[in-house]
This record gives sequence, structure tokens and C-alpha cells, in this order.
Amino acid sequence: MSDDLRELYQEVILEHGKNPRNFHADDDATNEARGNNPLCGDQLVIYLKLDGDRRVADVSFLGKGCAICMASASMMTELLKGRSQAEAEALFEAFHDMCTGEENGHELPDDVEKLRVLSGVREFPTRVKCATLPWHTMVAALKGDDEISTE
Amino acid sequence: MTSPTTAQAGTPAYDIDAIRADFPILGRTMHDKPLTFLDSAASAQKPRQVIDAISSTYETEYANVHRGLYQISEAVTARYEGTRETIRQYINAAHNHEIIFTRNATESINLVAYTFGRKFLEAGDEVVITELEHHSNIVPWQMLRDEKGIVLKVAPVSDDGELIMSAFEDLLGPKTKLVAVAHMSNVMGTILPVEDIIRRAHAVGAKVLLDGCQSVTHIPVDMQALGCDFYVFSGHKLYGPSGIGVLYGREELLDAMPPFMGGGDMISSVTFEKSTWAKLPHKFEAGTPAIVQAIGLGAAIDYVNAIGLDAIGVHEADLLNYATQKLSSVDGLRIIGTAPKKASVISFTLDFAHPHDVATIIDRAGVAVRAGHHCAQPLMERMDVPATVRASIGLYNNRSDIDALVAALGEVQELFG
Ligand SMILES: Cc1ncc(COP(=O)(O)O)c(C=O)c1O
Repeated sequence: MSDDLRELYQEVILEHGKNPRNFHADDDATNEARGNNPLCGDQLVIYLKLDGDRRVADVSFLGKGCAICMASASMMTELLKGRSQAEAEALFEAFHDMCTGEENGHELPDDVEKLRVLSGVREFPTRVKCATLPWHTMVAALKGDDEISTE
Repeated sequence: MTSPTTAQAGTPAYDIDAIRADFPILGRTMHDKPLTFLDSAASAQKPRQVIDAISSTYETEYANVHRGLYQISEAVTARYEGTRETIRQYINAAHNHEIIFTRNATESINLVAYTFGRKFLEAGDEVVITELEHHSNIVPWQMLRDEKGIVLKVAPVSDDGELIMSAFEDLLGPKTKLVAVAHMSNVMGTILPVEDIIRRAHAVGAKVLLDGCQSVTHIPVDMQALGCDFYVFSGHKLYGPSGIGVLYGREELLDAMPPFMGGGDMISSVTFEKSTWAKLPHKFEAGTPAIVQAIGLGAAIDYVNAIGLDAIGVHEADLLNYATQKLSSVDGLRIIGTAPKKASVISFTLDFAHPHDVATIIDRAGVAVRAGHHCAQPLMERMDVPATVRASIGLYNNRSDIDALVAALGEVQELFG
């Protein structure tokens, strides 16, 4: 098996894919959005509970997708709690650049280093959207949009 | 190419190695592995004969068609129009002016929705489709519904992926004006009982459109025997180039339908007050057509005819059986679509890995399949799967291709299992 495949499907990713964290609906969510990848049919919903300062008090998700998409969503929910809207959006930018390999000066902060396990998607252009779909959806939810579609 | 041999039990339908040698792309590698191409249902590879027909036309005989009063233009026009005759024979239509060139099957269906649909369908009239349709045989009718207030009815399929005939019949009635169904499912390979469908539709006075995209490469069809009203397919799935498709329509219907697009080639005369339409088939072929692509499609059909659709059918049925057996022995694999009458397409899921992950992993082993909803989202919902992996078989596939697929699935198991 090729090295880039092993790099993509690291143990951590497979484990999150099988046992996604915060995998449930949230009836008390203040913001929620549905994300769709029309190309492959991946679908998920991100639930956010924002407090008065628009800080993420809670976050969860539900959906169906490939291992990359599920792991990305699962890891995202673990890292967002306690962050402000601006911080969450900055994190999205940095994560996005990491996945696409673009250099726009958005660096992943040290406390989210573990997201780097997903950087293997860079070698798989058709799979970048799988990793970024949960993040796009989260940003849509923050902005008050209820649906996004990546293509 | 070798001369086709007649298939007998136990002997190969044709010399597969010689056939494979006709397809230059099969000699290449993907990720340093021999290419295992199992995605012909999406688009088929092209034999040397088609590639040569295209390049030799450009090199020696290219000009616009129907216009030039000089030798090259007349010659290329004759070859372009010759393809119409090749297609007429291939599907046994009564007349070659019943063969309309389009860009692809999608355009052919839209043409029917736009011209036949707009002229002959009224609010409240019903169009019947099935749950297994490709989006291109769903969306044009939804657009017509939104514009004209027609009613779209959907006939269900069983858990095996077969059309439930009794439920289909129940949907037919005096308001049914059109039945538009796939002849063969692009996801499950199910072959629909089109003779029965046509008979029952005609009994209530409805016209029938068959989406022949998948069937045209596997199953001989006979427009006159079927009594089919419209039949559509794309050249690129039939070993021809992309950019050329076909609409077959019965003369009487095509004559009654208004043109699709206006412009050059489709008129008889033009003044600023009024234009009159050209005769069939040109009424539906506005503008410079896909000249060389049509010639390439003609070469592709000649190629298929030289092997023989019957021999291809025997070869592919054998491979489908082999693939079904081999795949069934993979732990956790479920085949989606198990109708007794099916051809050349196997969709499946693995209970330990998502179809996209499967496709990515086996791509690195040189195996090309499709993963996703295959432009049939309603069917995915009906079969209760988010997506499937689809392996599809063309005339050039062999048992080694199936073995390569099964071996590559072992790598998926290694990672995920
Ligand atoms: C059953 C069926 N119908 C329609 C189409 C659309 O063909 P095209 O994209 O060439 O118009 C396809 C191709 O994917 C198909 O398999």
C-alpha cells in the first residue's frame, strides 16, 4: 500500500471515523446548518450553541460521510468549544489552507496541532472537500446561513 | 481486430487479448499499476479504430457539412450522414431522418421535454418515470412540471432493484401522456421489461421514451419491433467520442414537434417576417453539428458490430457472473441491485468503509471505479444507502480486472477492517 494512503488514513482518523465524538443532534442549538457535497452525496448538520458573547458553548454534529469527513467533523467539534466566533473563523481559514496547501499566512495555532493529521488530503485533490465540508458548514452556521453546498 | 467468433458454451465469445490491444489506453498505468478500468458505465474507452477515424478526418477530409460546394465538404457530409444510416441500422429505426444528432442523452431528453412536452402536454397531464432514473430523466420533467403544471408520477422499484410492474400499471391512466424510463439502470444494471412497459403505456394512449444510455452498449434494440416512440443515448458510452448523442423519434412525432433551437441548418427559408423549418432531421439540428464526433460514433458502432452485440453480451454476462461470485465472497460486501435480469454493472457497499474511501484506496492500486450517487440520488434514498461503489464492465474487460478489484478491496479491508 502506498505511503500517501497510510498518511491519509492514519490511525487517529480511522478511529474518529468509527467513533465520532459529539455525534448527536442538539435541540437547544442557537445556530445550525446543513452541509452538502453534491458531488458525492455527503451530508451533515452542525449544531452550535453560542452564548451571549457569541462564544461556542457547545457543538455537535450528525451526518453520513466518508471516514475523512466524519473524522474532520469529529475533531472539529472537540476543538471549537470555548472559542469566539472570530477565533472559530480564523481556525477555519487555517485549516482550509492546510488542506489545500495554499499559503495565505493562516497558521494553525499550537493548541490545535492535532488537526495536522488531516493534512494528508493535500495529496488527494478530490478528497479535500471531504475534510473541509464540516468546517464550511460550521462557518455557515456561525453566519446564520442554514445550508451550504460545496462543489 | 480479429474476426468475431461465434460464442459456444465453454469457449470465449471473442479473443479478448486482441480486443484489448485495440484500446491504447489499456496499456497505460495508473499510480504505477496496470490500469484496471471498471468505469465504462460513466464513459467508455475508445478503440484505435475510433481514434483513427477522428484524426484521419481532421487530417484529410475536414470541412463544414451541408454547405460547401466542393469535394472535401461533400465527402465529409457523406460520412457524417453515413453515420445516421449506421445508427438507423444499429437500432433498426424505419428511417434515417428519425435519427437526430444532439450533444448527449441529456440534451436528447431535454429536447423532448422542451418540444414535445411543451406542445402536447397540458396542466394535469401525467408523466410517469421510475425510482431508478438518472437525474437527466428526472430534472427535465420537473422543469416541465414547474412550467406547465403537469404531474410527475414515480413508479417504485423492489429491494432487488426491479421495477414493480403492478405498481407501475396502477400509475397509468387516461391522463398519462408520456412514460419515460431507463432501459437499463446505470446504478444496478437492472434491465427493465420495456416490451411490457411500452405495451401497457400504449394501451392508455401514452408515448414512451426509453433512456438507452446503458442498454445501447449491451443489448440489441429494435425500434420498429419495440414500437418505441423516443430512444436516447450518448456516443461516449458506446466507445465513441463525447460531444455527440442521439435522439431517435418516430417520424410522425418528430414532424409534429416544433424545433428545439433556431439558427442555421434548421431552416428552409428565412425572412425577417417569417422563417420556415427544414425537413427532418435538420429541423432539430441548428448550427454546425459535432461533425467529427458523429463520424467517430459511426466508427464506434462499426467496431461494436464487427464483434457483434450478441458476442459482447455473452462475454459481459460471463464476467458479470464471475464478478458477482468473487465480490460476494468479500466479507461485509453487499451488492445493491440483485435483479435476475441485469447486465454489466455492479454496485456495492462495504460495511466497514465508505464508498469514497474505497475508491480512493483502490485508485492507488490502479483500479478505476465510480463512487457516489451516480446521478441517481432518489434511487440511493430508495435503496437506503448514501452512496455506492460501482464497478461497470465494458467489452474489453477480463477476469484479471475483476481479480484486481477484489485484491484492491483487500487493501481497504487491511486499513479499515
Ligand atoms: C441511464 C443514464 N441516463 C442518462 C445519462 C446521461 O448521459 P450524458 O451525461 O451523456 O447526457 C447517463 C450517463 O451517466 C445514464 O447512465
